[in-house]
Amino acid sequence: MTTNPATESAERPAAQNFPADTRLAQHFDDFRSRLPDGDGSVVRRLEAMEDIQRVGVPNRRVEEWKYTDLRAFLHEAAAPASRPDAATVDAARKSAHVLADVPAARIDFVNGYLADAATLPEGVSVVPLSKALAEAHPALASLDQVEVANGNALIDLNTAFVDDGIIVQVAAGHEIGEVLHLRFINHGNTPFATATRVLVLVEKDAALTIAETHEGHVAAQPNSLVAFVLGDSARVEHVRVNAEGAGAIALSTLTALLGGEADFRSFNLVAGSAVSRHQLFIACQGENARVTIGGVTMIRGEDHADTTLVLDHAVPGGESRELFKTIVDGDATGVFQGKIIVRQDAQKTDGRMMSAALLVSPGATMYNKPELEIWADDVQCAHGATCGELDEDLLFYLSARGLPPAEAEALLLQAFIGEAIELVEHESMREALNALAVKRLENRS
Amino acid sequence: MIEIKNLVVEIEGNRILNGLDLTVADGEVAAIMGPNGSGKSTLSYVIAGKEDYEVLDGEILLDGENLLELEAYERASKGVFLAFQYPLEIPGVATMSFLKAILNAQRKAREEEELTTPDFLRLVRGAAEKLEINQEMLKRALNVGFSGGEKKRMEILQMALLQPKFCILDETDSGLDIDALRIVSEGVNALRDEKRAFLVITHYQRLLNHIVPDTVHVMSKGRIVRSGGKELALELEASGYAEYSTEAA
Amino acid sequence: MPAVQETIERVRTLDVDQYKYGFETELEVDKAPKGLNEDIVRLISAKKGEPEWMTEWRLDAYRRWVTLREPTWARVNYPPIDYQDLHYYAAPKKNAAPKSLDEVDPEILRTYEKLGIPLREQEILAGVEPSRRVAVDAVFDSVSVVTTFKEELRRAGVIFCPISEAIREYPELVKKYLGTVVPVSDNYFATLNSAVFTDGSFVYVPEGVRCPMELSTYFRINERNTGQFERTLIIADKGSYVSYLEGCTAPARDENQLHAAVVELIALDDAEIKYSTVQNWYPGDIEGKGGVYNFVTKRGDCRGRNSKISWTQVETGSAITWKYPSCILRGDNSQGEFYSIAISNGYQQVDSGTKMIHLGRNTTSRIISKGIAAGRSENTYRGLVSAHRRASGTRNFTNCDSLLIGDRCGAHTVPYIESKNASAIFEHEATTSKISDDQMFYCLQRGLDEEEAIALIVNGFVKDVLQQLPMEFAVEAQKLISISLEGSVG
Repeated sequence: MTTNPATESAERPAAQNFPADTRLAQHFDDFRSRLPDGDGSVVRRLEAMEDIQRVGVPNRRVEEWKYTDLRAFLHEAAAPASRPDAATVDAARKSAHVLADVPAARIDFVNGYLADAATLPEGVSVVPLSKALAEAHPALASLDQVEVANGNALIDLNTAFVDDGIIVQVAAGHEIGEVLHLRFINHGNTPFATATRVLVLVEKDAALTIAETHEGHVAAQPNSLVAFVLGDSARVEHVRVNAEGAGAIALSTLTALLGGEADFRSFNLVAGSAVSRHQLFIACQGENARVTIGGVTMIRGEDHADTTLVLDHAVPGGESRELFKTIVDGDATGVFQGKIIVRQDAQKTDGRMMSAALLVSPGATMYNKPELEIWADDVQCAHGATCGELDEDLLFYLSARGLPPAEAEALLLQAFIGEAIELVEHESMREALNALAVKRLENRS
Repeated sequence: MIEIKNLVVEIEGNRILNGLDLTVADGEVAAIMGPNGSGKSTLSYVIAGKEDYEVLDGEILLDGENLLELEAYERASKGVFLAFQYPLEIPGVATMSFLKAILNAQRKAREEEELTTPDFLRLVRGAAEKLEINQEMLKRALNVGFSGGEKKRMEILQMALLQPKFCILDETDSGLDIDALRIVSEGVNALRDEKRAFLVITHYQRLLNHIVPDTVHVMSKGRIVRSGGKELALELEASGYAEYSTEAA
Repeated sequence: MPAVQETIERVRTLDVDQYKYGFETELEVDKAPKGLNEDIVRLISAKKGEPEWMTEWRLDAYRRWVTLREPTWARVNYPPIDYQDLHYYAAPKKNAAPKSLDEVDPEILRTYEKLGIPLREQEILAGVEPSRRVAVDAVFDSVSVVTTFKEELRRAGVIFCPISEAIREYPELVKKYLGTVVPVSDNYFATLNSAVFTDGSFVYVPEGVRCPMELSTYFRINERNTGQFERTLIIADKGSYVSYLEGCTAPARDENQLHAAVVELIALDDAEIKYSTVQNWYPGDIEGKGGVYNFVTKRGDCRGRNSKISWTQVETGSAITWKYPSCILRGDNSQGEFYSIAISNGYQQVDSGTKMIHLGRNTTSRIISKGIAAGRSENTYRGLVSAHRRASGTRNFTNCDSLLIGDRCGAHTVPYIESKNASAIFEHEATTSKISDDQMFYCLQRGLDEEEAIALIVNGFVKDVLQQLPMEFAVEAQKLISISLEGSVG
């Protein structure tokens, strides 16, 4: 509470002498020189980089980064990856295994570059980002409409460095039965950074189930941005898995702009990476939109995992449910920051947010910051946060029924995260997530 | 046979059990009655192996094996079953998965084959029917949102499935209406045979009308102060615990 | 619900200033010139007849203060304060060290009478309930004008006197404890206070003593353009107990008045301090003009094992409230409590809450916060609960509920929950809602009018906290809540 938020740091002189700042500036200069002459995106890139440089990479003194010191984590910010050769692409795709059993149409990115796309289901079209940038695709502007995401450092970094991505469009009225699976696979031996951007436009009355998985074996430093735009009555179920390598610094942002009666569900499993920050900025712009956000974070060793959520209800009748479960093992640190904003016009909003953490080792740390910012009176909003260890009475009950301690603990931990995984409606994805989580728990010790 | 010899137990420096002796033979149903605070629930927890209790002296033998050297889950696999006074709720764990986990854990400990799913389902359905537990309840998370009576029936269902050697019923009648009391008692009575021993802990005589004990023991200040046949329970119902409380004080 | 709507409309149009303590007292005063510099600090110290060490302590604080910046992280907005445009010392002239009540300016006595604060011991003694006596230290602008029951307290070994007197009479105690809970450079306002504080109360309860009566300080800002900077220091020695009440009011004025207090509590082994506040500084008028800026640093240190500090606050006044009564739970098994009712109406801005810092083992804390926002006000709960690595077995339970009356106000909840110990169990819950139509209808159907109904429901909403107040304060607070929501409540 005694630290000062963004407002104050903004008044400070630019802090650009830290390794994170100087490295990023250097990488940006190198990256720019790679861009083709007359690239239309360069102005926005420069602006974004200027925004970063003016105040420096955020550190703990910036309120939104109080518990995740980006400046420290990017101390050794890696240079952007180069486009992989055919052999790398092949090897990477062979190694991919996350949600592999879920029947899906797959679009693969290797080291941040679009590698291959499956035959798409009818009603789905995909435009490569490079083409969209060149054509100034109208969808590109949608990100700016998510007001609560403006000025965010990760988005600025993504804007400055983004080098590949796609625009996915689902035509009005099409309900896509097949899962669309975006695989982000990192392959190589040395650290590198990636910056990808995916825009998902689901038009009026359309429905899409989309999976987004991140995996790899190296200390990658991905910065991924996925922006959803849902038309009126559109429905999306989104499942995301962070199964990055144990040394990865995984930075990610999800934005969503929701039309009237839209139904947006998103679930994120963190079962990888040394450092992660997953940000969600969700704006309900149409009335009676429904939002369901779930998350399970399983960290250990020296891991650091941050989930930051801002949910903006601007119009009446919105309903949101958020459930986050964190298991902190070893000397790891978990962070949850969640804010529900209900603006003056957003009467009859019903918002509920819960973050529960279990600390299963003496060195574990959890930071919870659940916020409510309410400007309308006829609302029902609540948040809860708990942290603690496994309930001794429950452990005894299970023990008295004959379960050995390790099994009893595993059962309770599975039940604990199972509640959040239950939010995933797509059955085979839910089962795959459960299996991933169980496997992660088995490797606990 | 369970033999408890000179059991002395403290919790946070307070002596709760003070040289308690008790033997329950195979096939015997023993009731323990006593005023509040006499140490009845502590006894059940200590037999089952709850931590936080400091056993300063004495032993608890099940068929000659000292239970005090075993962890709670090991005692369970040896056949000790405690029906909790307040069964715990476990959100997120479906009752069926829980039953399967505990059955197989105990079978594994006894080096028995795990049950196949059809065998397991048959077993559970049969036992559940007798206790008037419907399928819907079995699908829900264990004890979550169950009524007091449903929770107690769920305890007896577990007892029936696990087929323990020694069953402790800790105030099983508390919070039960007359119908639930009947169902629970019938469930317990169905499990009585010449091998299985029961320790029924209760404050009131009411339960003992349904589960008729072979022996009744009165507990006060952490030890057994009087023993007798089932008629002792009726006598207590008439006279109350006053004499034992004052005697102890 | 039309009835509610109607009420809300009325709040918008009604003067929120139903402030019944808004009168002014005409007195001759001794005032320092406007502005703040080392000479003013020396002047204050000299006026108080302070020893050299105290003057140096103040100067040290002043020198630090000039290097600090005003904090901006709270959710409050106000125009820049010109710290050179204030008087830092104002004292009623006739008050030169009164020996007894008879020597106190009758105008001041009448002021307190009007405020309902009993200063005459014999009157209190003649009261209906002679057993519920309250000793009062009355602070008028920069000085303490009278402290009642001093003799009787002294017989019990309890020291209760103005802090300026304590600095002279009990320098060893003051030196030992002053600034040990809220360090001189703790924050901008605390540092300012350390440099210029003028009066306040000092309490020392010796080992094993249960203070024989409630202690209370009544603060009144009267003078124009005068900052009030009081300093309170309460020490409960081993095994002692004290309950302390604090009340405050100020006249209605167009310009803003600055109040920056520091309260330090120290509880040693097995000691307990119960600190209750009813803060009713002038909140400003319907346009948001005037009102007190209330920047207060209150902190308790549970320094000893098994010690307990309990804060209860009813915050209804001030244009701006910036206040986080906190507990440092240092001693093993120590307990901290924070019970708060914060009501904002008109253009009031409240940013208040607590910090529970668990350092010792098996420490427990409880936070119950009830925020009610009406009119165009902003009401923020901001709280920190933290468990440090060695704080095993700690527990916290937090409940913050907010109620909005009307759609022009805001209610915000900003909790920080930090655990570095697996065995620490923290539970936090917060809700925001309005008065339910069903509840309203039920009350109306039973014959209450809408204002009575809202008053009833709001009082029910804050009941958990009201119950924590000493009896006579609770009754007063209940009335105050109704007055604060006047127009919406009646």
